[in-house]
Amino acid sequence: MKRALTVLGTGAQVLVQDLGRPGYAHLGVPPSGALDPPALRLANRLVGNHEPAAGLEVLLGGLRLRAECSCTVAVTGPGVPVSVDDRAVGSHAPVHLKEGQTLALGAPERGLRNYVAVSGGVDVDVQLGSRSSDLLSGLGPEQVRAGDVLPLGVPAGLPIGVDTLPPERAPEALWVEVLLGPREDWFDDPAGQLTARTWTVTSDSNRVGLRLTGTALEVLAEYRGKQLPSEPVITGAVQVPSSGQPVIFLADHPTTGGYPVIGVVHADELPALAQARPGTTIQFRVVHP
Amino acid sequence: MRFRRCGADAVLVELAGASEVDTARAALDEARQRGELPDLVELLPGARTVLAAVRPGSRGLDAVRAVLADTNLTAPPAREAREITLPVRYDGPDLELVAETAGLSTTEVAERHVAGEYTVAFCGFAPGFGYLNGLDAALQQPRLDTPRTRVPAGSVGVAGEFTAVYPGASPGGWRLIGSCDVPLFDPHGQPPAVLAPGDRVRFEVRS
Repeated sequence: MKRALTVLGTGAQVLVQDLGRPGYAHLGVPPSGALDPPALRLANRLVGNHEPAAGLEVLLGGLRLRAECSCTVAVTGPGVPVSVDDRAVGSHAPVHLKEGQTLALGAPERGLRNYVAVSGGVDVDVQLGSRSSDLLSGLGPEQVRAGDVLPLGVPAGLPIGVDTLPPERAPEALWVEVLLGPREDWFDDPAGQLTARTWTVTSDSNRVGLRLTGTALEVLAEYRGKQLPSEPVITGAVQVPSSGQPVIFLADHPTTGGYPVIGVVHADELPALAQARPGTTIQFRVVHP
Repeated sequence: MRFRRCGADAVLVELAGASEVDTARAALDEARQRGELPDLVELLPGARTVLAAVRPGSRGLDAVRAVLADTNLTAPPAREAREITLPVRYDGPDLELVAETAGLSTTEVAERHVAGEYTVAFCGFAPGFGYLNGLDAALQQPRLDTPRTRVPAGSVGVAGEFTAVYPGASPGGWRLIGSCDVPLFDPHGQPPAVLAPGDRVRFEVRS
């Protein structure tokens, strides 16, 4: 039997993700990749893979898989019920599946995204150096659906010998460090405006960006109603569209934009933002280099 | 030239115009090919800016600044640009709208568009979507009031100072004047995109 998993069911969204395809932004290709990279790396280490191997990013649980071969799996991210053939096994630990056994994820109590690594990695076609799905750009595999058969690669090493690790916490309120720029001069007192208010994550958020709502950020009178000539943007950019309600760009963000970026959040903050459910409150803390 | 901070590991270099952007981008690209910028992760131009992103924690941004300090931005890029010719049919659904707005006939719109000598200013919006500089002033027109929900792959459009070919089907608000049947983006192609920043582009009428 070929090394593979058969997908029996999915929840809100299941995507194949690895660490993305950096280096192609000049061709208009977003970086993509797991929104919570430390969680994917950990899952891969637990099953003995190299850290960048492709796994599954599972939004709000609900994934069911049947192993078509003997393999080791691990589920990371926020704490989530995991079972094998209806027997609870827990997350954040390597779990051995025999051929024919079914792995099922419940829903995480907090947070949004769990990562499932499988020994050998999910071995779909590589496009521009990555197996990641980028649905907007049409790169990588389609969204994972029931009935899909996911091919697995050759196991690279042995699963590591830990029993269990604490799951990530996904707090209901986040403090996020941001460096001002590149267009902070479009705003009157940008640091004051960013830090004086609390923002709430909205349900329009997705892998492109975390859309926030709160008291609108105001640009200076001279810039009101103006668009910038398109300029490059990076992951973590806090872009302020004409509504004044900021968007924090995540991995599938467009490579250029026409609205001012008031600041950029530190890369270390992105995993927590990837787990921020709608309703999570965010307060910015302006830091200096 | 002004350096604008863009997070801990990137800088957005603001330049005086499209030709300075082309020169600055080309200078950094050449330095990278000479092995002088080993930490450079992304190098991408915009309309008036160039973004350089480096490996986190590296000293790569200092090297980027050093290369730009040694670059004469008023001189054109030292290296010869690639030249690309794209076949086009002037059969777009907005050809008459563009002609009317420009006060030209549809034939004249086609003649002016095909006579242009274009440069890929930057890519964005979608993989392989190149914004081409060099559009005839009469064809520099606003976007449609209501964007189309689906623009077919290969559509040739104009918007503001740019013309472009849609590499894939997508929503879009550009005024469409023609079509091009050369696939502009193939993730398995080497290179994957036909157009990259700095390339010179001409159109040729396909009969």
